[in-house]
Amino acid sequence: MSETTEPELRHAGLNLADDARELREHVESDVFGFWVFLMSDAVVFALLFAIYGTMRHATAGGPDAAQEFKFHSAFWETALLLTSSFSYGMVSLLTKHGRGRLWPLALLAVTFCLGAGFLKMEIHDFVTMFHDGATPERSGYLSSFFVLVGMHGFHVFSGLTWIVLMGIQLVVFGPDERTKVNLIRLGLFWHFLDVVWVVIFSVVYLQGLIR
Amino acid sequence: MTIWHFLLGHLTWDSLVFVRAWRDPTTSEVIGGCAGGIAVLGAMFLFGLITVLGKWRYLWTEWMTSLDHKKIGIMYIVFAGIMLSRALIEAVLMRTQQAVAINNPGLVAPDHFAQLFSTHGTIMVFFVGMPLLTGLINFAMPLQIGSRDVAFPYMNSISLWLTVGGGIMMMASLVLGQFSTGGWSGYPPYTELAFNDGVGPDYWIWSVSLSSLGALMTGINFAVTVYKFRAPGMRWMRMPLFAWTSICTAVLMIFAMPPLTVATLLLAADRYLGMHFFTNTLGGNMMNFVNLFWLFGHPEVYILILPPFGIYSEVVAAYSSKELYGYTSLVIATTAIAILSFTVWLHHFFTMGQSAGINSFFGIMTMAIGIPTGVKIYDWIWTMFWGEVRFTTPLLFSLAFMITFVIGGMTGIILATPPLDYMMHNTLFLVAHFHNMLIPGMLYGVIAGYYYWFPKAFGFRLSERWGRIAFICWVPGFYLAFMPLYVLGAAGVARRTQELFDPAFRPWLIVALLGAFLLLAGLASLFIQLYVSIKQRHTTQVPVGDPWDARGLEWSMSAPPPEYNFAVLPEVTRRDAFYWQKKSNAAYRPADHYEDITLPKNSMCGVSVGLSMTACFFGLVWHTWWLSVFGFVVALGTVIARSFMRDVNRIIPAAKVAAQDRRWLERVGAAVPIPRQLELTPENEGLADVRND
Repeated sequence: MSETTEPELRHAGLNLADDARELREHVESDVFGFWVFLMSDAVVFALLFAIYGTMRHATAGGPDAAQEFKFHSAFWETALLLTSSFSYGMVSLLTKHGRGRLWPLALLAVTFCLGAGFLKMEIHDFVTMFHDGATPERSGYLSSFFVLVGMHGFHVFSGLTWIVLMGIQLVVFGPDERTKVNLIRLGLFWHFLDVVWVVIFSVVYLQGLIR
Repeated sequence: MTIWHFLLGHLTWDSLVFVRAWRDPTTSEVIGGCAGGIAVLGAMFLFGLITVLGKWRYLWTEWMTSLDHKKIGIMYIVFAGIMLSRALIEAVLMRTQQAVAINNPGLVAPDHFAQLFSTHGTIMVFFVGMPLLTGLINFAMPLQIGSRDVAFPYMNSISLWLTVGGGIMMMASLVLGQFSTGGWSGYPPYTELAFNDGVGPDYWIWSVSLSSLGALMTGINFAVTVYKFRAPGMRWMRMPLFAWTSICTAVLMIFAMPPLTVATLLLAADRYLGMHFFTNTLGGNMMNFVNLFWLFGHPEVYILILPPFGIYSEVVAAYSSKELYGYTSLVIATTAIAILSFTVWLHHFFTMGQSAGINSFFGIMTMAIGIPTGVKIYDWIWTMFWGEVRFTTPLLFSLAFMITFVIGGMTGIILATPPLDYMMHNTLFLVAHFHNMLIPGMLYGVIAGYYYWFPKAFGFRLSERWGRIAFICWVPGFYLAFMPLYVLGAAGVARRTQELFDPAFRPWLIVALLGAFLLLAGLASLFIQLYVSIKQRHTTQVPVGDPWDARGLEWSMSAPPPEYNFAVLPEVTRRDAFYWQKKSNAAYRPADHYEDITLPKNSMCGVSVGLSMTACFFGLVWHTWWLSVFGFVVALGTVIARSFMRDVNRIIPAAKVAAQDRRWLERVGAAVPIPRQLELTPENEGLADVRND
């Protein structure tokens, strides 16, 4: 690998090779900063998982996991979210290869729809549970369930808001330096939510349904 | 629901502390009313003074909206100074209460006393300790590693204003309603709705949340700055030790702030949404809170203590005129402490009922932290050994720290032994122990660092005379105030006690009260020192910028530094870079050519985000939902609007940089180099004579 091509590989998805050294370093630190933020966000989720684990049996006579979880909806939610990660990956690739703004925008819209579909299904699940009397006030177990899964849902909602904003910025500014950096960060965020969801699916839903 | 209820939420006439004092004029309520009055009058006086002097525009454009890390650092320290004054006065009031309340109710009622120790602890940790260190790191660390700013200047401003917002809420609790009575750790179920349905715990939750959000962003900022913004050649093992402790503290903030945020938010979920995380009923488990809180709380201790360890390393080396002894071992010790700090949190609750095996594991890990700390103490002693030691204020504080901190460490070993801890738990012994760690470990270090870097920040030195007077107050003051508490604690006096019943305790409590007054005098002498130093600043100018013949890059530019810090980014070839430049006559040289420098423009976004989030949280405290929604929308709107701004930087042309640098170099040329013995005299213009080393 020669000296000149090396910077191209620094950030999957973006061409930064032609930029000045100082700018490249700035982009690098911007993205690194977001990684660091995600680390602390991962600590938040880890703790919520730990709380959920300790409260697994604190149902206080109320509904438990096996009564409330529906496998098929958890499955389709997973499918929607994982597909949205794929479509966001396409956004990154299209930005990297400089395919204007139309294709990235289209794929961003697809990502938004899949994410919104996920959120709609999750809210529907929650409403159903509420109707069954499985509310967060019912027991410590349900409190920990709703806060853990709800926190992830809140992150997805924030991600959707961010997607809309990035769509607008792509239209207004085109793929300029700031937009590209923020697209990388949004990508990290979106994939991170996927990872967290995979753990939620395994630890909360699958484990809840097994017993 | 009436319109008033919508507008004011739970806020009523009776929430005003003055109304309560009027209706029920007991000593306790009148003291509360006076405190509220001082808060209101103080704020009004400050606003009036700024208005009369016509300084609002200056403050707004030069300070509040500034994204310059040096100014943000200074603002942190000013803010912490105000909060320190309040919390120290509260401490004196508590000591007075205990000294007089032996078999009588004393001055303040139990509820009021509980508020005093809760606000004292909360302020000292979140609004004095953290801002002081964040301020010093903000000011010094980028200069030390050869950077023009922190990684995210705009986020830095948000952090500052979130922290200030938390302080504003603490002050508001003096006037409106009352603060939590649950201590700085806010343990449920006592702080749950079932036992505490007032606004107190909500004030605690939301002011601490503001601080922890600010601290998390600060941690990210500092970590990225040290990782990515070091000058060329500034390798890890060439960094000054203060930069090392800064990165370790930043990492601790990144990992330790989330547990606090989770703990406070889950408590809020219990209180606002009727959930059952920590309640006594329906499956709640308060032990989860205690674990979460101390999972934050113990690393927090090292967030507070590691940066002063860095300061001591700088100060001891500079005033001993020697290279720091055992640099590598100090780095290893610092990182070891940072990692070990996550493995000891359980020693805060040995008595909670876990098995002996678990207790002994955490006891052993706790004692293990003593090893790297001991290494550090020896390194500092060896640094002084055969050095040309100058006993100036910072070095005196460093010496007092080393001795006092070791004593605190000894009592820490006692508390780390679970069977002994069962005897001492929740007594004044513990109170004495952690003050014994934090006052020398944190406060003395901050005073030393403040004295050491002050000339760099403002271009003139602080009064040595008043520094010594402060030393005479702070050090004996500490011993008088806290050594008696060891005795009392060993005799079984519970902490947080509003009234005592054994007259035998009285002499000890009176000695402790005298100590508290001496500590207050120490704070007063720091303020007098500042006043006197400003008055006599014409005789203490150090424009060249290196008054202590020190070693790090932060001394290599003018004092105060130019806004871009370095006219040309330095090339670092070895540790103590500036010192060796001086030795080889490579310092104070004009650059071959200068380049345009890009700096962030001022921005009001930080102020807007910080203060509107404060409004949001204040609305949550009082259940004024419109205010919360409004505050949140403004904060979010600001962040979004800022993301659409592209014109956020300004360019300082190379010609201007070159001219400024040349002017400074002329000043250097005209200055007389002085040997270290004369550093406290008016002859010291900040140019050190290095010929005789």
